[in-house]
Amino acid sequence: MTKQYKAAALISGGLDSMLAARAMQEQGIYVEGLNFFTGFCVEGHTHAIRKKDQNKPKRNNALWVAEQLGMKLHFVDVIEEYKEVLFNPKHGYGANLNPCLDCKIFMVEKALEWIKENDFDFIITGEVIGQRPMSQRKDTMPVISRESGAEGLLLRPLCGKNLPATIPEIEGWIDREGLFDFNGRSRKPQMALAKQYGFDEYSQPAGGCCFLTDAPYSVKLADLWKSRGSKEYELDDIMLLKVGRHLRPKPEFKVIISREEGEGKFLQGYKNQYISLKTTSHAGPLALLDGHMTPEDLELAARIVARYSQGRNAEQVELEIRETNGTTRMISVTPMSPHEIKKEWQL
Amino acid sequence: MSNPDDIVVVDARRLLCPMPVIRVQNEVKKQSPGTRIKAICTDPGALSDIPAWVRINGHKMIETVSKDDEHIIILEVGEK
Repeated sequence: MTKQYKAAALISGGLDSMLAARAMQEQGIYVEGLNFFTGFCVEGHTHAIRKKDQNKPKRNNALWVAEQLGMKLHFVDVIEEYKEVLFNPKHGYGANLNPCLDCKIFMVEKALEWIKENDFDFIITGEVIGQRPMSQRKDTMPVISRESGAEGLLLRPLCGKNLPATIPEIEGWIDREGLFDFNGRSRKPQMALAKQYGFDEYSQPAGGCCFLTDAPYSVKLADLWKSRGSKEYELDDIMLLKVGRHLRPKPEFKVIISREEGEGKFLQGYKNQYISLKTTSHAGPLALLDGHMTPEDLELAARIVARYSQGRNAEQVELEIRETNGTTRMISVTPMSPHEIKKEWQL
Repeated sequence: MSNPDDIVVVDARRLLCPMPVIRVQNEVKKQSPGTRIKAICTDPGALSDIPAWVRINGHKMIETVSKDDEHIIILEVGEK
């Protein structure tokens, strides 16, 4: 009886990993998907939060891909372990705080652990030589294979013909002729293959799948680390960086102001962790205060929040200050004028 | 087979996808086939993500109910 070989596919939810997994299924390989959640993954979080986006379709693309391919998908929570990758990337950061090469090495390493634990034979990814400037280059592909420990058990079906043969090819588990020789940033070969496989719908993320590649997000994360004096964070910290307007008027504290109703509702969930401010005399945003604050700082924060309320032109605006233990008190302030909100406060 | 009245509750309120799915996945790993799990979520994305995860991983969806800002998803653990 012929052995059924099994592969674990790194599934991001994009087209490339979808095609790579399908290419292996075409060769009779049993494939299951792995999706690693670092906390920085872009998966419709802002759509889920913002009220104006409530009608946009919300789906996890990795799950959707798995369903299209008829394969199981396993999420792997790597939030804690990923911190070390982000804090000390051996191969450095990209244009922002994105440690893409170290990240890929880490994920393949975790996939290797997974296939050993689950009795699978090899790992596949949707990588294409030249597709990404940091992690998907001809010279970095062997680095990923070597430093992850996967070596010849890591197969890239979409560009495998341009790379040395891997164990699945050498051992005859798959046919090298059935691999592809995609190269470069053009998406045309992938789109043609998608058509050949009958995929008429697939995700085409415009800004990548990770918030760390996003410049404004990286600025806010760098500010968080600087303010704390160390590169520490918890999941709540990095989720909050995705929401609201962030202003740091003093090194000691930051104000996070909701920009619309959905964000206000989301920030409300943090009222027992952060002091919050809400305008009561006028319609206005909910704000969270992050840091150590003096009474003068509270007044400064209240004036900033009042600036973003409907009472911005009023002489006085009343706000409720809510402590994390639920006690409240009122404060009345003069809203800041636009020129008083310094540009350097805005993160 | 567990008694269907014994429902294991997964509180995934305030969590954004895929965290509610991950919480459900972790609970499913601990439970035996037939056990029912009730996930309470606030991210509307969970309404499509958890049923999709349930379907592709061989478990059974029982029902989804949305009330105000909370979404309740009930599933039954399948054979592993």
